[in-house]
Amino acid sequence: MTPMIETRGLSKRFVKRLDLAAKIAERLGADVREEVVSAVDRVDMTVAEGEAVGLVGESGCGKSTLGRMIAGILPPTEGRILFRGVDVATMDEREGKKAALQVQMIFQDPFASLNPRMRVEDIIGEAPVIHGIVAPRDKADYVEEVMRRVGLDPDYRRRYPHQFSGGQRQRIGIARALAVKPEFLVCDEAIAALDVSIQAQILNLFMDLKEALNLTYLFISHDLGVVKHISDRVVIMYLGRVVEVADTEKLFAAPNHPYTRALLNEVPRLDLRRRNYQPVVGEIPSPLDPPSGCHFHPRCPHATRRCREEAPVLKEIAPGRLSACHLNDGT
Amino acid sequence: MAGTGPTLRVEGLRTHFFTNDGIVKAVDDVSFAVDRGQTLGLVGESGCGKTVTGFSVLGLVDPPGRVTDGRILFNGEDLLTAGEERLRSLRGNRIAMIFQDPMMTLNPVLRIETQMVETVLAHQDVDRDTARQMARDAMGKVGIPSPDERLHAYPHQFSGGMRQRVAIAIAFINKPDLIIADEPTTALDVTIQGQILFEAQKLCRETGTALIWITHDLAVVAGLANHICVMYAGRIVEEGRLDDVLDWPIHPYTRGLLNSVPSQKKSGERLEQIPGMTPSPLNLPPGCAFKTRCPRADHVCDAEPELREAVPGRRIRCFHPHTQGTP
Ligand SMILES: Nc1ncnc2c1ncn2[C@@H]1O[C@H](COP(=O)(O)OP(=O)(O)OP(=O)(O)O)[C@@H](O)[C@H]1O
Ligand SMILES: Nc1ncnc2c1ncn2[C@@H]1O[C@H](COP(=O)(O)OP(=O)(O)O)[C@@H](O)[C@H]1O
Ligand code: SF4
Ligand code: SF4
Ligand SMILES: [Mg+2]
Ligand SMILES: [Mg+2]
Repeated sequence: MTPMIETRGLSKRFVKRLDLAAKIAERLGADVREEVVSAVDRVDMTVAEGEAVGLVGESGCGKSTLGRMIAGILPPTEGRILFRGVDVATMDEREGKKAALQVQMIFQDPFASLNPRMRVEDIIGEAPVIHGIVAPRDKADYVEEVMRRVGLDPDYRRRYPHQFSGGQRQRIGIARALAVKPEFLVCDEAIAALDVSIQAQILNLFMDLKEALNLTYLFISHDLGVVKHISDRVVIMYLGRVVEVADTEKLFAAPNHPYTRALLNEVPRLDLRRRNYQPVVGEIPSPLDPPSGCHFHPRCPHATRRCREEAPVLKEIAPGRLSACHLNDGT
Repeated sequence: MAGTGPTLRVEGLRTHFFTNDGIVKAVDDVSFAVDRGQTLGLVGESGCGKTVTGFSVLGLVDPPGRVTDGRILFNGEDLLTAGEERLRSLRGNRIAMIFQDPMMTLNPVLRIETQMVETVLAHQDVDRDTARQMARDAMGKVGIPSPDERLHAYPHQFSGGMRQRVAIAIAFINKPDLIIADEPTTALDVTIQGQILFEAQKLCRETGTALIWITHDLAVVAGLANHICVMYAGRIVEEGRLDDVLDWPIHPYTRGLLNSVPSQKKSGERLEQIPGMTPSPLNLPPGCAFKTRCPRADHVCDAEPELREAVPGRRIRCFHPHTQGTP
């Protein structure tokens, strides 16, 4: 079956432009160069219809950048994004707009992503009217329906975002995304800023909506407990590259990649009391100057000379399981 | 120096903020104790009063806030009557705090070495060279490679995780009797969090420092603490030995919190959720503050529950605790 979303060799490089001081220094003959960050480096991944895929990795590894490219709000530097098998770059304007509505994004900070001067009814109702999803005269009823769906009291429709709690604001963000009837939601740390008891409410809402509306998710989170709970499959990233892909259950039962293993080891767990932490050594390297070969080699307990010289490719190690580590070529 | 009794005992602490909109009872009758070499986990959701509790112990509450009642006994000495000069000599010396943002500790315009050496010289009678050697050792202990080089750097030249490790090194450098750590790993990645937890644990074992670890993450506390206090709306609602509380929570709020953690459920299953949201501190419901969200609430809860020992070694604030039946 054609996946709903597929990326092929998708890359994003950000160029840190020289500031004035650096430009002057360059004129005077100093060796300064524009720095390039490979935020996302040739990523191939798929998300099937109705699936929830978790995207995990440490800060700065490129999760948000990948998510924003998939959501169509950040142009890739290289590579392709296929929506239901069609390259979005080759779509005409009408098709492109349609595909853009189908993929919506939900952000970590619900406050920053909501216009403080708009009433909730307009935040939720404006886009569907503009895109002809509802007629202007049906807007009020439609807003009411969407608000109910995400557990907001429609009586609050004339309020402004600052009059809501964090959890309610996240519900408004979800309602705004749902109002244009998307098939695919990219949730970027969508519950990270919420209190524990509120996180459970929003996670339940995501699971209910998935059932009710047959939604497909890319669920970006640094919280492995949350990812384990909500995802069917998990993609692990390290410094711009995908290092492992697996069914959630298999990944947590038997992680393959040394980085995944380290990550799972570090997760605090309620059932591990007064444990002896055995930390992974070393810092997360700077993406401006990533290590040669396998990016993980300075922190990897199994690193060999080959790891320092040659980047491992992501390949199938079992049906539906991918990993990028030289150890899998072992004897 | 320490007599018998706990390193820190807080009794009936109340810290209120007298704002234009009304009185915020940020901390309202909080009591706990922590012994030498022990770790107390102070957990609760944002705004429940964890940070203000820590600040109160260090005498760092600024107007419009004020400690209005209670006793804070540090090695038997009441800090609330101690005076600013005495507090200043204790802070950074016998008591240290690690903040969520390490830049609360670090001065951006000073080299790391200068800050560490000054911290030592302010409280210990040693010469500069000895202080420098202590700084180098402290950096090594928190796992910072090539400490000699790193000591000459400025805070901005470090990553967030490294800055936090330096802040920890500074907190431990005078071997304090008590450290209060306020969500020091919340902003960090799991692998870096693991490193910091490892260092804190190791240093406490080595020095016998009593540790108060403030966090909203129950799993972090599970890995670190011996004892736990759960706070809600300015009060401790449940307190006891870590294993007892996590395995058999008897306050409805603690139960709700534990049940809402995803790992407690099978994947994909609906999580148990606590309905509603934390009430505004300016507008707490009369009686039990958890009443509006509690599945066990009834008319009895219109009165205010007192903290009491419901089962041996466990204190809770609730009229209808889960003391009967299975955990
Ligand atoms: N607009 C930009 N200009 C320059 N660099 C950028 C830009 N956006 C992101 N980057 C860089 O790209 C890399 C990946 O960033 P990204 O935001 O995708 O990380 P992330 O995995 O989402 O991290 P986090 O978990 O902290 O949200 C980082 O090194 C970041 O500094
Ligand atoms: N300077 C202040 N002025 C007024 N209210 C404050 C001040 N500092 C904290 N508070 C209030 O005190 C309560 C407890 O805050 P805090 O201890 O920071 O919570 P936590 O650390 O548990 O998230 C909150 O309701 C907060 O809004
Ligand atoms: S390729 Fe080498 S360095 Fe990279 S994860 Fe595998 S063993 Fe470790
Ligand atoms: S006192 Fe009543 S409302 Fe409060 S926690 Fe106990 S049962 Fe619930
Ligand atoms: Mg991000
Ligand atoms: Mg706080």
